[in-house]
Amino acid sequence: MLNTYTFPEYDYIRSKDQDAAEPVRHPVIVVGAGPIGMAMALDLALHDVPVVVLDDNNTVSVGSRAVCYAKRFLEIMDRLGIGQRLVDKGVTWNIGKVFFDRDLVYTFNMLPEEHHRRPGFINLQQYYLEEYMVDRIHELGGIDLRWKSKVTQVEQDETGATVTVETPEGSYRMQCDYLIACDGANSQIRSQCGLESKGQIFKDRFLIADVVMDPSNFPPERWFWFNPHFHEGQSTLLHRQADNVWRIDFDLGWDADPEEEKKPENIIPRVRAFLGDEVEFELEWASVYTFTCRRMDNFRLGRIFFAGDAAHQVSPFGARGANSGAQDTDNLAWKLKLVMDGRAPDSLLDTYSDERVYAADENILNSTRSTDFITPKNEISRVFRDATLSLARDYPFARRLVNSGRLSLPAVYTHSSLNTLDQETFVGNMLPGAPSTDAPVSKAGQEGYLLDHLGNQFNGLLFIEGKRDLSQAVLDQLSALYQAKIPLKSYLVCSHQVDLPLPDGVELLVDTLGVVKERFDATAGTFYVLRPDQHVCARMRQLDNNRVAAAIRKATAQ
Amino acid sequence: MTKLITDPNLLQPDDFYQELTDLHRDLTPEQSAEINAKLILLLCNHIGDQAVLSEAMLIAKKNLKAA
Repeated sequence: MLNTYTFPEYDYIRSKDQDAAEPVRHPVIVVGAGPIGMAMALDLALHDVPVVVLDDNNTVSVGSRAVCYAKRFLEIMDRLGIGQRLVDKGVTWNIGKVFFDRDLVYTFNMLPEEHHRRPGFINLQQYYLEEYMVDRIHELGGIDLRWKSKVTQVEQDETGATVTVETPEGSYRMQCDYLIACDGANSQIRSQCGLESKGQIFKDRFLIADVVMDPSNFPPERWFWFNPHFHEGQSTLLHRQADNVWRIDFDLGWDADPEEEKKPENIIPRVRAFLGDEVEFELEWASVYTFTCRRMDNFRLGRIFFAGDAAHQVSPFGARGANSGAQDTDNLAWKLKLVMDGRAPDSLLDTYSDERVYAADENILNSTRSTDFITPKNEISRVFRDATLSLARDYPFARRLVNSGRLSLPAVYTHSSLNTLDQETFVGNMLPGAPSTDAPVSKAGQEGYLLDHLGNQFNGLLFIEGKRDLSQAVLDQLSALYQAKIPLKSYLVCSHQVDLPLPDGVELLVDTLGVVKERFDATAGTFYVLRPDQHVCARMRQLDNNRVAAAIRKATAQ
Repeated sequence: MTKLITDPNLLQPDDFYQELTDLHRDLTPEQSAEINAKLILLLCNHIGDQAVLSEAMLIAKKNLKAA
């Protein structure tokens, strides 16, 4: 099986740390070179933090595993430098279809809003994501990625952590100021620390079958069947991936025997019953899985941080695993950088857990609700589920109740202690705690998008109507913000090009279609403060440096 | 905030009651359950006020017969 992809093998290379008399100390060690560990490393490298990444294996993910990458994930990958490559290789889809028995119940569009660079979702096998991340790590530099290096022991004190690493050439020890555990659902670091991830185990089994087919058979859409005629009483999901590979996901129920179900001779008839006799296909990869929804109480333990599946796990419905893991690292990287540089207090790092626990709870809630709709837990739940589906054919209200997995949206940190409360009235979605929306802009004649320009440092957006809003005093204020201990780089957002010399740390973005202004509910003089992870942390109707400085102090736990 | 109406609100209560029981007259328990579920969904959407619905659910749950 698996013919469409050749697995790279990465060399184990002996590190000079293995020959050191005393354990060598590094600023940051990341455990796990899956998508989350590598995203963590790339993000830190972009902040000029040297990172050592340890992985017990020497290749990428076996099997397609995480498949759906949502818009926010792609935007984070844009910042890390691999977004375009993912989109080029992946299958872009926005259309979802819901079937009940034999009938199409309704069709939905995941991204009804125009003017965003990235689509609602792309589908791509996880091994491609990991391969591109490894390539990017080598291209970027500053990351020491060590394969076949398994952490067997970890201990910490107030100043950092010490790890014991097992390699094909024996064990060695290393120290670090901060350790980030991205070692997956069965995190060894978590158990070494005596910590648990707690929650609900679902009594259900699912079969994933990746099949290769002629692309003319099915369009690039997400098709979900409730109680399909070819797989009675259960559910089935069809998704297209790259290389003409389709993911088919069959609900098997709890009584299914995973070993039996994994055999090709049992999978092929199921797929055949679904696709019909005339469709040719080849089985590429299969797996039977169960899932849990759980999380750790706190994603931080002293100098050790947990991210991705190590910290929290969700059911696959709604694509919130890899998508939320990348939001963890997006949240942690800039905070760690500021604390390591002595520009923010250690307590800023506690807000990583606060904000991401909140997000994990939201993700667990959403994916649990989807799971309960897809696999009703008692007879009357099933009656309501089927009644909803039956009404959904003709009545739009019922379509809103159908839940085959909600769009994976990033958490809005509404209650975060890092937000500055509004003093003026705003409408729309760009409230403090929200990740920035996107919109087309041009800079010096170059067409692009707003998010291309935001991130890795604090940013300001000052909305102006023209030259008359730009007094020397305003420019001096923006310049002062750029010179501050924690610099804030500003963009003037205007409907047209303004020819005026701008000081360092101030650039002009032309809001070509007026969409930025609209999405930020801006009027002339409106100023937004965005964190290095592109989340809004404060906004005001008139630029006031005292308020901006206070907002940055608040956003950095000072 | 709207409160759940628990005072008489149907103009012709006997007509309503007859129509409801007629609806179920020749149905199996499974079909009745299906109709009830559809009715609840339709009516809840019509009411649209989560607080009113929560109040109704709370009252409906009171004094359940022992399982």
